[in-house]
Parts: sequence; C-alpha cells; structure tokens
Amino acid sequence: MTLADVIAVILLAGVILYAIFGGADFGAGFWDLTAGGAARGAKPRLVIEESIGPVWEANHVWLIFCLVVIWTCFSEAFASITLTLFVPLSLAAAGIVLRGSGFAFRKVVVRTRYRRLFGGAFALSSIIVPFCLGAVAGGIASGRVPAGGTTGDLWDSWLNPTSLVGGVLAIAVCAYLSAVFLVSDAHRLSDQGLVEYFRRRAIAAAIGAGVIATSGIFLLRNDNRFLIDRLLGRALPVVLLSMVLGVVGLVLLVRGAATWARFLAIGAVGSIVAAWGVAQYPYILAETLKIETAAAPDATLWTVLIVFLVAVVVLVPSLGLLYVLDQRSLLDVE
Amino acid sequence: MDPVPWARAQMAFTLAVHIVLVPLGVSWAAMTLIANYRAIKNNDADAMRLAQRWSKVMAVTFAVGAVTGTVLTFEFGLLWPQFMSQWGDAFGIPFAIEGLFFFTEAIFIAIYLYGWKRLRPWPHFWSGVPIAVAGIGGSFAVVAANSWMNQPAGFTLDAAGKIVDVDPLGVIFNQATPYETTHMIVAAYLVGGFMVASVYAFAMLRGRTERYYRLGFIIPFTVAAIATPVQMVVGDFAARSVFHDQPVKFAAMELVDQNATDVPETLGGYLGSDGEVHLGVPIPGLASLLSGFSTSTEIDGLDSVPASDRPTVSQVNTVHLAWDVMVGLATALLALVIWFAFVWWRKRALPRSKWFLRFGAISGIAAVIALEAGWVVTEVGRQPWIVYDYMRVEDGATTNSGVWITFLGVVVLYAAVVVTLIIVLRGMAQRWRAAELAGDEDIDPHDTPYGPRSHRERETERV
Repeated sequence: MTLADVIAVILLAGVILYAIFGGADFGAGFWDLTAGGAARGAKPRLVIEESIGPVWEANHVWLIFCLVVIWTCFSEAFASITLTLFVPLSLAAAGIVLRGSGFAFRKVVVRTRYRRLFGGAFALSSIIVPFCLGAVAGGIASGRVPAGGTTGDLWDSWLNPTSLVGGVLAIAVCAYLSAVFLVSDAHRLSDQGLVEYFRRRAIAAAIGAGVIATSGIFLLRNDNRFLIDRLLGRALPVVLLSMVLGVVGLVLLVRGAATWARFLAIGAVGSIVAAWGVAQYPYILAETLKIETAAAPDATLWTVLIVFLVAVVVLVPSLGLLYVLDQRSLLDVE
Repeated sequence: MDPVPWARAQMAFTLAVHIVLVPLGVSWAAMTLIANYRAIKNNDADAMRLAQRWSKVMAVTFAVGAVTGTVLTFEFGLLWPQFMSQWGDAFGIPFAIEGLFFFTEAIFIAIYLYGWKRLRPWPHFWSGVPIAVAGIGGSFAVVAANSWMNQPAGFTLDAAGKIVDVDPLGVIFNQATPYETTHMIVAAYLVGGFMVASVYAFAMLRGRTERYYRLGFIIPFTVAAIATPVQMVVGDFAARSVFHDQPVKFAAMELVDQNATDVPETLGGYLGSDGEVHLGVPIPGLASLLSGFSTSTEIDGLDSVPASDRPTVSQVNTVHLAWDVMVGLATALLALVIWFAFVWWRKRALPRSKWFLRFGAISGIAAVIALEAGWVVTEVGRQPWIVYDYMRVEDGATTNSGVWITFLGVVVLYAAVVVTLIIVLRGMAQRWRAAELAGDEDIDPHDTPYGPRSHRERETERV
C-alpha cells in the first residue's frame, strides 16, 4: 500500500463519515418536508430541529474535508470533476446555502408563515443536495469523468442511469439513516407516539433503500459494467456485509430495538460506500485516472496525513463530547 | 460567453459577501466570552443578557458564514479548476490546516450555543474558548493560502511547469504570510468590534441609554479601540512589505507610473492613460518616506514590468481608490477611538456628545467598507496574476461557458439570503425589546442561564 493509497483510504473515510452524519441531517430535511401541515407536522419538526440543531454544522465539515483532500492530494481529479460535473456541483452549492440559512433562520423566527417559508427552503434543498452529490458519485463511478483536468460531457456525466440511481439512492439512504436516528431521539424525549411515527418511516425507508440498492445492481449492468463487475467480484464481501447489516437492522426496527438498529444502519450505509471505494480501487476516477497517477508529491501527502492524525487526536474527543452532550440532552434548543 | 470575466465577478461577489461575516465569526466569540466572563465573575445580569443574546445572533451569522464559505470551497473547483489542478498540491496545504480549525470551531460553537441552559457556568464558559482560538487559527490558515498567491513559495517545478516537490512549511510561511495574516486577524477584531458596537450606539441615539446598552457598546468598542492602533502599525508594516515583495501592486497603490524617487502620497486622483496623475492632492515625498524612511527612496513604477504583466489602468485606479478609502476610513476610526480613549481616561465614562454616538453608529459600516477596500487592494493589485508571476487569471479559469448563469443565480440567492438575514436579525432584536417592555424577560424561565435543571432532564436521568 503506497502513501497515496493511504490518503485515498482517508478520503474514502471522509466520504463515509459525510454520508452517515451529513446524510442523517439531509434525511431529517426529507422527513421535515413530508411531515405535513404546520399543525400536524409540529411535533416531528420539533424533534428534527432538536436533533440536528447542535450537530449539523460540525457534520457538514466532512464535506469540506473531502473537497480539501481531493484538491490538495489529487488535484488533477478535482479539476476534472469540477469541470465535468459543473452543473450538479453548482446546484449542490446553491442547495447547501439554502439549506443552512433556511434552517438557521427558521429556528429564530416565530410567525408560521415565515417558518413555513424557511422550513420549505431547508427541506427542499435537503433533497436536492444529496441527489446532486449522489449523481456526482455516479458520474465518477461510471467512468464519465475524464483524466487530465479536462471536461467530459456536461450533461450525460450526471444525467445517466448510474447517476440517477446514485442520486435516488442517496436520498433514500439519508432518509433511512435519519429516521433511525430520530427514533432514538424521540425515545429520549419519551414520546411513544413519535417513536412509533419515526419507526414506521425508518422501516419504509430501510426497505426503499434496500430495494433501490439491490435493483441498482441489476439495472446498471449494461450502463456500468466496470463498477458492477467489481461490486459483485472483489467488493462482494463488503456488499454482502452491508446487506446483512441492513436486514438485521430492519429486523431490529420491526421489533422495536431502535438503539441497536442505529449502529446497524450506520454499518450498512458505511459499508455500501466502502464497497464503492473497494470496487473502484486503484482508480480515483473510475476507469480514467489512477490514484497513483493523480497523487501529489509525497511531501504534500505526508502533510495531509499528519494534519489528519492531529485532527483525529483533537477532533475525535471534541466530537465525542458534542455527541455525548447532545445525546444526554445537555444541549438545548432555545 | 467567455467564462473568465464571469468567473472573476462571481468569485469577487461571493468573497465580498463572505468577508463581512468573517469578522463576526472570528471575533464575536471573544467579545461574547468577555461579557460571559464578567457576568459570571461579577454576577452581572446585563452582561449575562448580552452574552446570551450575542450567542443567539452568532448562531445565525455563523450558519450563514459556514454555508457561504462552503460555496467558496466549491468555487475553487467550479471557477478555477486549472489553477487548482496545477497548484493544488501546494496551495491546498493551508486549507487542510484550516479544515482542522473550522471543525474545532463548528464543534465548540455548537456546545457553547446550545449549552447555555444545562451546562454549569464555568465549563460552559470554557467551551467557548476554543471557538475564539480556532477563529484565529482558521483565519491564519486561509489568509496564508491567499498570501501564497501573492508570494508563491515552497515548491519545485519540472520543465513542464508541474509541481514535483513541495516544502509544506515554505508554502504556509511564505514571504507574505506574516503581514497578511496578522493584518486580517487584527482586522477581524477591529471590524467585528465596530460592527457590534455600532448597533448599540444606534440604540443609545434612540434614547435607550440603560446600562445594558452602554455595556453592549463598551465591550465591543473597547475591543475595536485596542485593535485600531495595532492595525495602523501592522498595516504600515504590510504596506512596506508589499513595496519590497510586490512592487507592481505597490506602484498601483501609489499611482507610480515610472521608477522615481521623492514620490508623493497622492490622496484621491487617478492615473490617466497618458501615465500622468490627474487631480488628487499630493503630499510631497511621503510615499517614498513611508516606504524607505527617506524621501530619496526609489519606488518601482508600473512601467518596470511589461504592460501585459501589470494591472490595467482602470485596475490601477481601482486599487488606488480602494487603498485611499481603506487608509482614510481607518484614520477616521482611529480619531474616534482617540476621542473615546481620552474621555474614558479623564472621566471613566463614554463621551456625552451625540456626535460621538453618531460616528459610533456608522463606525461598523465604515469598518466593513475599509475591510472590503483592503481586499480589493490585495486582489486587484495582483492582476493579471492568479499566482503572482507564475499563472495568469485567465489560465486558471474554467472553460465552462455557463458561468454567467451561475453568477446570476448566486447574486439572486445571496441577495435573498442577505436581505433575509437582516430582517431576521432585526426581528430578533424587536422581539427582545418587546419582551423587555412587557417586563417578562427576567421571569421567563426559558431564558434563565444555568437555571434549575428542567423537568425533562430529571426524567431523562431517571430513565
């Protein structure tokens, strides 16, 4: 394993962490959007607000982390990605602005009309952003991003079968993760009605995500031989792991053991993203650019590795503190 | 359509919006902590109320700052892919470090903002300290990256111009890092201080002169008052360093067309296409004196490099105007600070003059304009280079012709966000004011910090 491989693994870890924690926040927006009118949706929305309020900004930093690692360590890939996937990335950036400011504004206004407006901006963009990022992943994974800091097809690169499956799967996965997390949050608030509310949604989303992921493998056989062959080849153990974790998590959800279901959901989502990475190795851009070729000089890679290790030492305890305080309800909205 | 001018416009616009939120992100936490410290130490209810409210407003401005910062991250690729492709190996390093600080900031800001009610007073106070530290560290790293564009260093190129080796410390601590980073960090405290203080000066002008408002003015204004004279010294040092490191930028700032000694400091005025300075008030020999401590100091003119390697005449005039605006406003702010300091020294009280409050009320806007002008000097003064002497802006830009669409989209989106932000913040202030007038502020249990543990939590503990 070369140094560049190590950095690629760190990048993949960043993508996984963003998919899990950022994903759960996006999913919360999905449930916010589908919670119904102001009166009916008030209670679920309150849980959603309390649950993601303190953590969404920290979770969002994983995206910045991924971008910085790509542009510093694999700058050629970064240029190709941003040139080719210009449209979905621009949409995602706009969505991120709407989402963050919409959420922050909604929390501090009182009138229903404004809460609805900002809440709408927050919730709608919570669907647009994961779709776009999923489509970006699909474009990269299906070999549609050329090497050499050049522009591929501006439209086909993200409006293709793999990207569409990627985008829809991202929305479903976010909704799934979030619903499972929200079951625990509702549980903490000792609101049985809401526990049940989110549990039903978690089950539906789990089945939805599972169906999309599984059928995706068959749907994409023709579009993306490279990835599918490898997902069913080298990455098959990881794919199976994800499926087993997903199914066990679903059983636990059905039986009402939400706390454990949460860890299994994290495992299922984490391993499906990891499977993508395993399948695509040694390419940073599937079929077009290898990790080794795109890698920056060793001194840069070492610097990023050292910063990452410092980050682990500093940030893991800090994040742990944040999550523990959050889980113990020591952090409070208003 | 040619994407280059649109890409430049979009980058300039998004940076100009983001930079207004930066001082708040960097220095407001420190000011809030000062209020918080006084509140706990002296059992000061006014200071406590300030700290709490500031942190609530900070939550909103930090969120908007975080997302507008994310847009900039995207734009490095969306607008400048070739720049990143060629220089990311070196230029990216400071950003990796910045990510570390930003992460720390985001974590502790959450703990601090959401910890008011249930954490104990001193642990809660300490949870805010990393925000202030990370703000300074993060500014250092980001501005170090900008410094690198002005003074690229710490890399080895092969014959094809590709980076083959990197010296990370050489990148981070390039020639421009010491003065640029210091200048911006002090600016964050200066601008943030005046911005917050001006809100309370405005309130006092409206007749709200209770201790709460005075304190709300004095804490940030004192922070700004300390930062302002420091900034004059740092700025003077920075200008002299630019004279040595980036002579063409300096020539643009001072409107020097041809190499000359005894160069005047021209206030106002513009450079004509004939190479002559028109209008303006020249102070004889001052530019030479300030740059080399002697009027015989020779300053390189714009002519010292080929026309294609220096800013255009209109860019030169933009730089010079921005330079004058920055120095002029900073000098005016310094005068205001001296007024404040003198009266405080003699009477231990705020100046009683309405004019002091009027100037105080516009000091925030003046400071923001000075900040924007400073960045115009740095960025426009570097033209036509994106990496000084190594890469031109047009060579770093995207080839996607649709940038004009994203530019228009971003303008509409940001306009909506900024207008909403202002309305929302005003709404919060009005609500607080209404609650105060109704007199229910202090008995509202929801706003009592460090209050008795709530029913819900006791229940959680039982479970």
